[in-house]
Amino acid sequence: MSSGAAPRSRFDWRGFVVPVLLVITAQVAAVVTHLQSDSLAAPSEILVAGIEALMDGTVLRATRDTLIMALSGLAIGVAVGLFLGLLLGLSRIADRLMEFSIEAFRPIPSVALIPVAMLVYGFGYRMEISIVAFATAWPMLLFTRSAVGSIEPRLVEVSRALGFGVLARVWKIILPAALPRIFVAFRLAVGIALIVAVTVEIAANPYGLGYTMMVAQQSLRPGLMFAILIWIGLIGWFLNALMIWAQHRLFGPAAMTAVQL
Amino acid sequence: MTLQRIFWLAASLLVGAALIGLWQYIADARLVSPVFLPGPDRAWDALVRGFAAGDLEWKLLGTVERMIYGWLLASFVGIALGALIGISPTARAYLGPMLEFLRPLPASAIIPVAIALLGLSDSMVLAVIAFGALWPMLLSTIHGFAAVEPRLYEVARLLGLSHWEVIRKIALPNAMPDILAGMRLGLTVALILAVVGEMLASRDGLGLWILLSARSFRAPDLFAGVILLGSIGYVSALILGAVESRVLRWRGH
Repeated sequence: MSSGAAPRSRFDWRGFVVPVLLVITAQVAAVVTHLQSDSLAAPSEILVAGIEALMDGTVLRATRDTLIMALSGLAIGVAVGLFLGLLLGLSRIADRLMEFSIEAFRPIPSVALIPVAMLVYGFGYRMEISIVAFATAWPMLLFTRSAVGSIEPRLVEVSRALGFGVLARVWKIILPAALPRIFVAFRLAVGIALIVAVTVEIAANPYGLGYTMMVAQQSLRPGLMFAILIWIGLIGWFLNALMIWAQHRLFGPAAMTAVQL
Repeated sequence: MTLQRIFWLAASLLVGAALIGLWQYIADARLVSPVFLPGPDRAWDALVRGFAAGDLEWKLLGTVERMIYGWLLASFVGIALGALIGISPTARAYLGPMLEFLRPLPASAIIPVAIALLGLSDSMVLAVIAFGALWPMLLSTIHGFAAVEPRLYEVARLLGLSHWEVIRKIALPNAMPDILAGMRLGLTVALILAVVGEMLASRDGLGLWILLSARSFRAPDLFAGVILLGSIGYVSALILGAVESRVLRWRGH
């Protein structure tokens, strides 16, 4: 089950049996019971609601909002995490000095910052971006730190012997050597960015896909609600597949080890 | 613990204290508006006052209870289902792709569906926590059981072990590192969803408390709540880490 351990070689029809059967069962059950519900919808209704929402632009606008906030937060979080991770990975002293502070900050659940960000920024883009940035900085920091810390020491010696300055050493030796593992962290961070963005929208922020889904639920439109749920799932799946493809393309099969945090 | 280790630990504690001092200075000098950023002294006061008034511990307990119940529920279901699916190549072929497709779905996206089905109730919050924490456990248990060396199964067959014995004596110990990793991730997810669930369904707990504190501009209370939530995360990770190193002692790290 390791995600993307190998490129999917041949088509396996068996994976489709259960989902197809589930959809058919749901449709039949809905038709037989003449489903009229505020909380459930037949697959056909979900499909119709989904197509309507795609055509009239609500879903696309919400997708744009969610993606802008998730990706901006990701960019900030990745930059901060990368910088701090490089710093702590390069300097044993800085790493040891920051040990307690990092261990004390890390366990704060990102959603606990929702009220803090609300207080500072009110609702809107900035609030959500700051929370996504906080959440994505951690995996970048931790993975980069350990990736840089475990670089073959002789590589660093060579760069010293060549008389490289710190910047040249980081740019020419350390980053390229640590990049495959840093990219693994980036892949994780992309997933986290979407999860946190949707969570913030569901919990508080009146923008984006999460909020649109909450509104669909509150206005008793289960078809639309499930359609957006599936849409969010598709986006998550697509981003994940894109990252696995990029990882494979950039670093080859050797880098495709399974990761779990 | 060597002398050197103690020295560095003390040094890192000092750096932490210095950072808190810096926070105090920023708050005192009003570099950031006190509406947003209370000093550590005021946050600490709010914490002490909350516990003295006797309601903060109930909120803390409410959140912890929710998190643990949901997590335990997810653990039972996740490990049992994961073992069943992971041990059978046929089940993996039929169910694996669907589970992989669902993996990147944000667990919180299920909240509106849960509200539609269960209303804004305690059982809704519990269901969301259990559902969200289930995924990491299910997927890593499947992975753990699928990755057992096939020759071990052959040996088990030669020894004439029953199906149940194979699971208990061979597959489960081999899958244990994966299962524990899944449980650790599941606990993080459980805490996050407990907080979000409380905020949405207005259930008494730290999540609701920090939300209400922010709405009424009680920043010290808000920071006290955030500190407590961080402590829950810290302590639970510590306990699981201890359990993990005990259970996996036989691997001889």
